[in-house]
Amino acid sequence: MASLKDLRNRITSVKATQKITKAMQMVAAAKLRRAQMAAEAGRPFAEKMAGVLGNLASNLVGGVGAPKLLSGTGSEQVHLLVVCTGDRGLCGAFNSSIVRLALREHATKLQAEGKTVKFMTVGKKGYDILRRQYRDQIVESMDIRGNKPVDYAFASEIAGKIVDRFEAGEFDVATLFFAEFRSVISQIPTVQRLIPAELPAGGEAPVKAGGDAALEFEPSEEVILETLLPQNLAVQVYRALLENAASEQGARMSAMDSATRNAGEMIKKQTLVYNRTRQAMITKELIEIISGAEAL
Amino acid sequence: MATFHFDFVGPERTLYSGEVNAVQLPGIEGEMTVMAGHAPVLTSLRVGVIVITESQGSGKRIYVRGGFADIGPTGLTVLAERAAPIEELNAESLDRDIEAVQLQYDATEDLQRREELNAQIVQLRETKALLKL
Repeated sequence: MASLKDLRNRITSVKATQKITKAMQMVAAAKLRRAQMAAEAGRPFAEKMAGVLGNLASNLVGGVGAPKLLSGTGSEQVHLLVVCTGDRGLCGAFNSSIVRLALREHATKLQAEGKTVKFMTVGKKGYDILRRQYRDQIVESMDIRGNKPVDYAFASEIAGKIVDRFEAGEFDVATLFFAEFRSVISQIPTVQRLIPAELPAGGEAPVKAGGDAALEFEPSEEVILETLLPQNLAVQVYRALLENAASEQGARMSAMDSATRNAGEMIKKQTLVYNRTRQAMITKELIEIISGAEAL
Repeated sequence: MATFHFDFVGPERTLYSGEVNAVQLPGIEGEMTVMAGHAPVLTSLRVGVIVITESQGSGKRIYVRGGFADIGPTGLTVLAERAAPIEELNAESLDRDIEAVQLQYDATEDLQRREELNAQIVQLRETKALLKL
C-alpha cells in the first residue's frame, strides 16, 4: 500500500502534466487558427493556377509534343512517394496515419507488383518512421524548419528537387501523401498524383467561356506550359503543406484535449484514494488511543 | 472610361483585387497596357513593375519577378510567385535578389540557362534604376 507521501507526490506530478497538456492544447488552437488563415489566403492562387493550366493542357493532352511532366515518361516502373508529415510528435495518430497510408496502400502493393519504390520525406517524423524499414529507399529527407509557418519558398524548393530528380530520370511517377484538414477531430490522409500531372477536372470553368475568341500566347503555348508545370507542382506541394500544418495542429489539439481529460480523471481517482487512506489512518490512531485508555 | 476586374495573386496572399482602368504589364515580349475589352492573351512576365491605373491620375505600382498574366473576357489575372507592393520594396531587398540570381548564374554551366539568368540580372538592375533606389 502506497504511503500518504507517495500518493501526494503522484497527484502533484499528474497535475503538472495536466498543466502542460492544457497549455499545448491552447497553443495548438492558436496555431490552428493561423494555419487555417494561411490556407485560406493561398486558395485563390491555387485555383487560378489550376484554371489556367487546365485551359492550356486540355489542348495538349495526348499530343506528341506534350511535356513529360504532364504526360509522364510512358513507363510506370519507378515510383517516388513524397510523404509529408510533421516535425513533432504528440499529435495523436497524425504522423503515423499518413505514413501508414503510404506504406500499406501503396508501397507494399507496388513492390508486390515488382515495381521500385523510392521515398522522399518532408518532416522529421515521417523520416523517423520510414527509415527503420526503408532506409536505403529514402532518396531525400527534409525537415520543416521549426514551427515557422510554411512559406511558398519552401514548397517551391521541394518541387524543384522533385523536378530535378524527374528530369534526371530517377523515377516515372510521383505521388504526394498528406493529411487533408476536415475539422479538429477529422484529418484525412490523402493521396495525390504529382507526375504525370493530374489535371483539374473541369470544376473551374475554362476562361474561354466568353465566345470562342482564340487565346493568344506569348511567347508560345509550349513555353508557357513548360514553366507553368513546375510552378503547378510547387503550388500542389504548398497546398499539401498548408493542409498538413492545419491538420497537425488540429490533431494535436484533440490529442491534448483528451490527455487533459484523462489527467483530470486520474487526479480525481488518486485524490479519492488519498483521502480514504488519510481517514483510515486517523481512525486507526483514534482506536489506538481509545483502546490504550480503556486498558488503563 | 470603362473599367475591368483585376486580380493580382501571390501564393501566400492576394495582393490586389478591384476594378481598374488600365494595367501596364512587363510582358516577356515587351511592355503592354491592358484596358477593358482586351483580346484574350496568356503571357509570361519578366522582372519589372506593374502599373495599375485605378482612375485618372491615381494608381498603384507592384514589383514582380516573373509570373503569368491571363487576360480573359472577364478581366485580368496576374499570377506571380514573387511580388511586393512598391512601398515594401527597398534597395537592400533588390540587392539581395540580384545577388541570389548572380550566385545561380555563377553556378550554372548550361549556356542557355546562363543567358536567362543574365537577362534577369539586367532586368533587376533596370528595375532598381527605374525606382531610383
